[in-house]
Amino acid sequence: MSEDLILEMKNITKTFPGVKALDNVNLDLYKGEIHALLGENGAGKSTLMKVLNGIHHQNSGEIYFKGQEVDFAGPREAQEAGLSIIHQELKLLPDLTVAENVFLGREKVNGIFVDFADLKEKTADVLEQLGVDIDPETKVRDLNIGSQQMVEIAKAISQEAEVLVMDEPTSSLTPGEAELLFDLIERLREQQISIIYISHKIEEIFKLCDRVTVLRDGAKVGEVEVANTNRDQLVRMMVGRDITERFPEIENNRSDKILEVKNLSVPGKVKDATFDVYKGEVLGIAGLMGAGRTELAKTIYGAFKPESGEIYYKGEKIEINSPKEAIDLGFYYLSEDRKEEGLVLTESVEHNISLSILDRIKNIGLIDQDREGELARKYIDDLAIKTPDEKREVKSLSGGNQQKVVIAKVLSTEPEVVILDDPTRGIDVGAKREIYNLINDFVEQGVAVILISSELPEVLNLSHRILVMHEHKIAGELDGGQATQEKIMNLATGGSIN
Amino acid sequence: MSQQSQEQPQAGVGATLLEKIKSATQFKTGLGLLGIIVVLSLSSEYFLTVTNLFNIVTQTSINALLAFGMTFVILSGGIDLSVGSVMAVASAVTAGLLTSGMNMVIAIIGGLIAGTGLGLFNGLVISRLAMPAFIVTLAMKSIARGLTLIYTDGRPISGFNDAFQFLGGGKVGPIPVPVIILVIVLTICYIVLKKTPFGRYVYAIGGSEEAAELSGIKTKVIKTTVFAISGFMASLSGIVLASRLNSAQPTAGTGYELDAIAAVVLGGTSLTGGRGGITGTLIGALIMGVINNGLNLLNVSSFYQLVAKGTVILLAIYLDRRSKQAA
Repeated sequence: MSEDLILEMKNITKTFPGVKALDNVNLDLYKGEIHALLGENGAGKSTLMKVLNGIHHQNSGEIYFKGQEVDFAGPREAQEAGLSIIHQELKLLPDLTVAENVFLGREKVNGIFVDFADLKEKTADVLEQLGVDIDPETKVRDLNIGSQQMVEIAKAISQEAEVLVMDEPTSSLTPGEAELLFDLIERLREQQISIIYISHKIEEIFKLCDRVTVLRDGAKVGEVEVANTNRDQLVRMMVGRDITERFPEIENNRSDKILEVKNLSVPGKVKDATFDVYKGEVLGIAGLMGAGRTELAKTIYGAFKPESGEIYYKGEKIEINSPKEAIDLGFYYLSEDRKEEGLVLTESVEHNISLSILDRIKNIGLIDQDREGELARKYIDDLAIKTPDEKREVKSLSGGNQQKVVIAKVLSTEPEVVILDDPTRGIDVGAKREIYNLINDFVEQGVAVILISSELPEVLNLSHRILVMHEHKIAGELDGGQATQEKIMNLATGGSIN
Repeated sequence: MSQQSQEQPQAGVGATLLEKIKSATQFKTGLGLLGIIVVLSLSSEYFLTVTNLFNIVTQTSINALLAFGMTFVILSGGIDLSVGSVMAVASAVTAGLLTSGMNMVIAIIGGLIAGTGLGLFNGLVISRLAMPAFIVTLAMKSIARGLTLIYTDGRPISGFNDAFQFLGGGKVGPIPVPVIILVIVLTICYIVLKKTPFGRYVYAIGGSEEAAELSGIKTKVIKTTVFAISGFMASLSGIVLASRLNSAQPTAGTGYELDAIAAVVLGGTSLTGGRGGITGTLIGALIMGVINNGLNLLNVSSFYQLVAKGTVILLAIYLDRRSKQAA
């Protein structure tokens, strides 16, 4: 049996400063096998694959490829050895032809000129071998995403790949394109090519894969034959039962309806969203990456223009055309992307905190810098922001403290509706806990909180109501008390609650 | 080294240290200026005289005014390649109005409106149509030059009254008028950038436009305004130039945009936006002015002067990079 093994990852452990990203993970792959790698966002799937192709190096553990221990210096070396990763975001050059892309960097040359005839012929061969009907001389730009993906696969096959890793390959495909991809994957299997298939979509796993390895919090939860399992078992393995983190109890302080969203749509971002938001309540929005959570939040905040739908605020119909208007009305959106969208990294702590309220603290046109300093020092005290003083560049603070600076900015506007988009992303446990307490404070003061999070336990334990999004739509609404991780996961992956 | 200090702030070495570093960079540029002055004083007996020093500042004022406007643009993360042509438009319009017998104040306002309008147009196209500043202002550089040539029919307009010539050539006591204009404009720019919400927004947009927008800043309005300011400054500079030369040349200001950018960058303002300031730009412009003046006094051919200027810019940027990496 073990002679058919093409790849073996043994006891892989990988730590980043402060985080154990992978803990003693094992994964093996047979020739011609399609092996699913399943897990929530942040479970360690990508890290494991990055260890595999040499982007990261494991702290301990071994990788055997075709019976030999390997430690690739990087993706290029892995590719040369026969191991390619097809990424979620394709890395083709849009203005080159299919043939030029497939053999990029490996073109046959006559003297100093590329032998285009040879390029075309070889590409046609590979595409034929894959049973894909694409003209090698088409520009990649003119292909749809599904075909581009096939070009990417052709590129890997032309490099004599024996193991392919596909990372969420259907995430941006239409159902029709996905079908074509599945056919191709079947043909690859017939040609004894092994595939590690990363996906959230459980149906696909049942359709394609032989075995599943499930990761959770960087550890392998289990490995099962697809034939011997079912959807419920996989979901349970993914989310686990025990919640190791502790969350504060957030008392429901729900009073008036403050926001009512009706049939809100933004092309390509949000489809027909309808929901209500109440004062003193935490409304969680769950969903997988790319499900449209952030887009929904930003639309309410005026960053995207809705194509249709209505928003009522305190009973009145409103139209929000910019974040500025949203803030003036009493909204504030805390971005999931702290470094790019939350903070101005070139500025000081003080200047970041006051950025949204400079108009409120000016005096005959000039910023009242005494008041600005006072305000900054007050928030540094209140939120226990660890910084020597308010003039310090915000860039020099740790992630958790940077996030507190953003929160100080939120608080400074005295908002009535706060939208927190993944507020605990990339910060340590202590800072997380402080942010949970802040959510509690908001609720006590009667502020409406919309909480978006990729971490299911967070949404589950902090929210009074939960909207689950799937493919830009609200797939369902759950009561906080009755929601379970399994129910949320089911809705988030396109299933139903029952 | 730098990464460690970014990740782990240590208590006690806060703003005072930061301020020291900040003032140190300006201190260094200032020191560089002083060094050049010392060398030139020793090389030429004519250099370190009151007359010559005022002369330098007067000569510098044209570039400095352009560079002040450019500072706003670059701080916001943009670039304005049209300033040299815009100044020609403004000087031609003012000159045209003057020679047709218009009141001086109206003539000047006319020139300022023309140039500011072109800057405003730049800003609107860049912010509303989301086009890159480099391309838009490159196009405007050509358009504005063309408009000037059309308006003047390719010929200089000259022969102004004494009142107008006073702007560029007059003195109040011992102080040349362009120097006074320079100081007033510098003060206003400094206050606007450091003390007003608008100034803070310019920095914030240069640091991160997305963060600025989500923080409730009207980024499009600010970006438009910044280009209008650059157009205004270019106009002012063009009018002073016309007054000094007693002539509005249709080719005036050709290539001046590069000198203005050089002054801004020499002054320590980051080309990617978000960092820097107006005082640095003044020092940057003065360095360039002093080098020009010194080499003239030393009878160095203007061909060699160009080489010297470029070398100084390269050297200054290199030193700046190195000190930033070390910090």
